[in-house]
Amino acid sequence: MIDFRDVAVRYPNAEQDALSGVSFTAARGSITAVVGPNGSGKSTLVRALIGRMAVSRGSIQLDGQPVDEIPRHIRAQRIAFVTQREELAFPVLVNEYVALGRFPRLGLWRVADEQDRLAIGKAMAEAGIESLRSRRLDALSGGEWQRVRLARALAQGGDALVLDEPTAFLDVAHEMGVFELLDRLARGGRAVMLVSHQLNLVARFAATLVLLRQGAVVATGSPGEVMQATTLERVYDWPLVVTNDPLVGAPALVPLRARPTD
Amino acid sequence: MSPWRWLLLVLLLFAACVAGTVIGTIRLPLSVIWDGVRGVGDPNSMMVIRNLRLPRVSLAVLVGAGLGVSGAALQGTMRNPLAEPYLLGVSGGAAVGAVMATSLGIGAALLPLAAFVGAIVAVLAAFFVAHAAGSRGDPRVLLMAGVVVGAFANAAIMVLLANAEPNAVRNALWWMMGSVGEATWSQTGWLALYLLIGGGALVVVGREIDVLALGEEAAAGLGLDVDTAIRRVFLVASLVAAATVAAAGLVGFVGLVVPHIVRAAGIRRHRALLIGSALAGATLVVCADLLGRVLRPPAELPLGAVTALIGVPFFLAKLRRLT
Repeated sequence: MIDFRDVAVRYPNAEQDALSGVSFTAARGSITAVVGPNGSGKSTLVRALIGRMAVSRGSIQLDGQPVDEIPRHIRAQRIAFVTQREELAFPVLVNEYVALGRFPRLGLWRVADEQDRLAIGKAMAEAGIESLRSRRLDALSGGEWQRVRLARALAQGGDALVLDEPTAFLDVAHEMGVFELLDRLARGGRAVMLVSHQLNLVARFAATLVLLRQGAVVATGSPGEVMQATTLERVYDWPLVVTNDPLVGAPALVPLRARPTD
Repeated sequence: MSPWRWLLLVLLLFAACVAGTVIGTIRLPLSVIWDGVRGVGDPNSMMVIRNLRLPRVSLAVLVGAGLGVSGAALQGTMRNPLAEPYLLGVSGGAAVGAVMATSLGIGAALLPLAAFVGAIVAVLAAFFVAHAAGSRGDPRVLLMAGVVVGAFANAAIMVLLANAEPNAVRNALWWMMGSVGEATWSQTGWLALYLLIGGGALVVVGREIDVLALGEEAAAGLGLDVDTAIRRVFLVASLVAAATVAAAGLVGFVGLVVPHIVRAAGIRRHRALLIGSALAGATLVVCADLLGRVLRPPAELPLGAVTALIGVPFFLAKLRRLT
């Protein structure tokens, strides 16, 4: 569904590309996870997708159509996006916030109709936040806030969901809750693409991993293929082992203590 | 949204307007006012009502509404509770225009025009500075550009005043303190038309301001052309503020405080917030003008001083809740 083809991105006045030659596909019906160390270009990838960064070479395509040729509001009707951080200066109510997900379809002039209301209700039900509808955003816990943000993206509709570190700052239970929700959404037919630092979790939920280092793809494939100890050790520049827990059935990364320097 | 809030906002404005028309150096009973509005009764009180009180109250309504709308739009777009209409050098530019006009001895009739031109030049200069700094509509860069232009304007004012005649200095200072006392019908008519267009445009893009208030990345994810949307709100809001400054001088704190009051009343979405801020801003300026007339008659306190006196405690209370 979302195809990155040999994508290169360079920040203004930067000496080298922030991304170069990045190619992979985020397919419908599965989770695609982009992983890599800090500063490897993961967020830049997402920013290029939503048009905040210009692609200097290659192209990002949506079902075969270059994304920069698609009008912004049409793109937003097809790809919903959850940013890494978001802090509202002036808190609104949860239902008002989720309703903003309909903006790409409403524009400035159209009045919200039954279909919009149904989409908003369905999104709140899917994210399990119906009981929060008249709470103010500044009265939510971290886990609730993250699910409310997801609900806004779901209200946006479309069949692709892109998330930048959706479980940062969440405890184990809330983190698992978000991943289970993303898993359900992917099984429902959506293309879910997420940027994450939680290698062990994405190894269990994602069908495809894309490992970035210094703006280039080091490895891409199934979690078993990408999570090789030698590769990860080189990419993260830290001693580690990869085990395979039979109980979980997915590779798990275990970082080791720093080697004593001699 | 509860209709009672809107009823309350409208009733408060109406009450303020009635009080502003009734109370003054000459106190006129309501029946005389009504006769005056209809154009019957004693010609003297009719003159006072039709040519002095009503234009004055109308101008206060317009100035307050314009500053309220402008402040609400800028706060939402900047995502900053301290944003206000004079941000982009509007006040400084208008003051330069006014001081130049008075020190060059241009007649009082052309002073508003000079102030308006000064404000527009300052806003355009702020946009130019931000553009030269390589900003793609980044609100922070625009804000700093406004501060820079304002500082330059202040320097220009000092140079102009240092070489001006005492009388010109006095006129310029008096104008900067703000007043709706010189209102005429033709002036309020033009301002009403202008504000209807500018304020209406801001209300139309209110949904975009809701989205911008989420932050630039989230807004881009919702399909908004963020840079264009921010620039558009800044430009229109500044032009609206510039017109109020040209008509009534500098009336501080209204655009800063009013959106907070309306938000505290539970109006959060920007289309509603902009309209609510227009109503509340109008009420505040009519009341402030009235206070300025009755506190120390027959002298009048400058309007800008009264709004600041009302605004500062409000704002201190708001700050206390923030921290």
